[in-house]
Amino acid sequence: MKLTVETGRNPYVAAKQKRRRSLGSMIVISLTFLLLSALFLAIAYPLLWMVINSFKTTEEIFSNSWALPVQWLFSNYAEAWNKGVSKYFLNSVFVTAVTVFLTLLFSVLSAYGLTRYSFRGKYLVLALLSAGIMFSPQVSLIPLYKMVQALGIHDTHWALILPYVAFRTSLIVLLVRSFFLSIPKELVEAAYMDGCTGIGILFRIYLPLSMPILFTSGLLTAYWAWNEFLFAVIFIDSDSLKTITSGLLAFRDAMYTDWAVLMAGLVISAIPLVLLFIFMQKSFIRGLAEGGVKG
Amino acid sequence: MKIRNIAPYLYVAPSLIIAFIFIYYPVMENVQSSFFSWSPFSDTKEFVALQNYTRLFDDSVFLVALKNNLIHLVISLAVQVVGGLVLAAILEDVVFRRVAPVLRTVYFLPVLISISVIGLLFSFIYNPDIGLLNKFLAMVGLEEYARGWLGDSDTAFPAIIAMGQWQGIGYITMLYIVAIQKIPPDLYEAAEMDGAGKIRKFLHITVPQVKEISFVTIIYTVSQSILTFSDVYVLTKGGPGNSSQVLSTYLYQKAFVDSEMGYASTIANVILGITVVVYLIQAKVFKNGQEG
Repeated sequence: MKLTVETGRNPYVAAKQKRRRSLGSMIVISLTFLLLSALFLAIAYPLLWMVINSFKTTEEIFSNSWALPVQWLFSNYAEAWNKGVSKYFLNSVFVTAVTVFLTLLFSVLSAYGLTRYSFRGKYLVLALLSAGIMFSPQVSLIPLYKMVQALGIHDTHWALILPYVAFRTSLIVLLVRSFFLSIPKELVEAAYMDGCTGIGILFRIYLPLSMPILFTSGLLTAYWAWNEFLFAVIFIDSDSLKTITSGLLAFRDAMYTDWAVLMAGLVISAIPLVLLFIFMQKSFIRGLAEGGVKG
Repeated sequence: MKIRNIAPYLYVAPSLIIAFIFIYYPVMENVQSSFFSWSPFSDTKEFVALQNYTRLFDDSVFLVALKNNLIHLVISLAVQVVGGLVLAAILEDVVFRRVAPVLRTVYFLPVLISISVIGLLFSFIYNPDIGLLNKFLAMVGLEEYARGWLGDSDTAFPAIIAMGQWQGIGYITMLYIVAIQKIPPDLYEAAEMDGAGKIRKFLHITVPQVKEISFVTIIYTVSQSILTFSDVYVLTKGGPGNSSQVLSTYLYQKAFVDSEMGYASTIANVILGITVVVYLIQAKVFKNGQEG
């Protein structure tokens, strides 16, 4: 920026040109700022509107949806929580936690087998594991639906967890493996000399060094599992087992006349990931960037 | 010695087994299923060869769905990829350094919120009576355009696309911000010495430098558009009159509403074909880059 005006021309002309240019660029900057602000409002306002309306009575939402609530009804939140959202919320927590745990466990074991050993079929295994990301859940939905019934897990949380783990492992195994590959061989050999073997090396050398990538992978998996929609809607029928994504749709039907409570339910459902993001912005963004295509 | 030989197979076994049961076997069975006509409520499976595939071309709803997916794709590429790149470059400009952190966090918020929440929120926004959109139009004097956005077959799908852009642009923007921050500053300094303006710097430095992430964002956006399901499911379920149907919702309807499993499998295979081609292109492009 500072370098642009240092030309050898008449200083008066140069100064005049600079003023002209900066007037022009001021206009551009102001217009751009206006656009940024418009986008800011377009995104922030609906979210704010949702929060504000979640504190009103339903009549108030109809009669005056723009204003602040006459009285801030925190009771809407209690009602939403008690009338079903707590159930969906806890189901989501359970499904997400187990999915994250199993995905990390399977990915770490596979990545370790693939980096530490050379064995026949190694590259075939790697290809099979990672090619899984090519297939979207939609593509196998119908056979998967039959499969879930045949296994007797239809309408249980396992109908979500097991497919989630299968689909996520294909991505996470790649992330973990490429990190494992960067761990220096000397460390492993030293541990081997000290009498560490197999699983011991995994736990004493690889895992402690891999905490950042495991954390990122866990966050990425949690984000995906928490928001998964297709399986959640199709594989679970019982209201008491529904997760947030499918549960909210049932909640909408149940609360059809009570929009304020529904709105409170929406806010409750949105909070966990927003909080997680605010506190862990860095890992979150790194995870999303690394997760790339299948974010 | 024996144990050391099987050890690596034991490590990879759990992932392989679960991938076979829940990914590979279903994909293969789906191909087979598409050659039959069958419903979940009867045991008879009639072999129909390629009839399900030829039926696709005469099925006007399928063609609407395919067209909607393509419209979604083109608009998402324009708004999210091109728009996201421009937005990221603006946010990374020194002029906006002070406001950028707040703006990019807010732009990113919808990415974090589950589609059910966003979808239900937008069903309020598009609501003909209390909806924010109609109220906004009335406020700026355009009330003649107010309508029940989701109940009108002309506006239902555009309204769904708009929500998708609203939710998705923050994600692509964030990916570009990360990429732009990695560009060496001396490239820009050199260009400034040569008297390059902001637009030229953007076109000649930023765009080529973020080429790698652009492959990612393009592939990501394409596959998101081809696979889009939840947005449509929450807002319209494909209606009114199938006007907002996309491949995935049509597949869902054929399978779980109309019980035409074989035909639904055929639609799934169309999606499979498209996504596999997309990923093969990606794999080829990335091979030139790095491994992993």
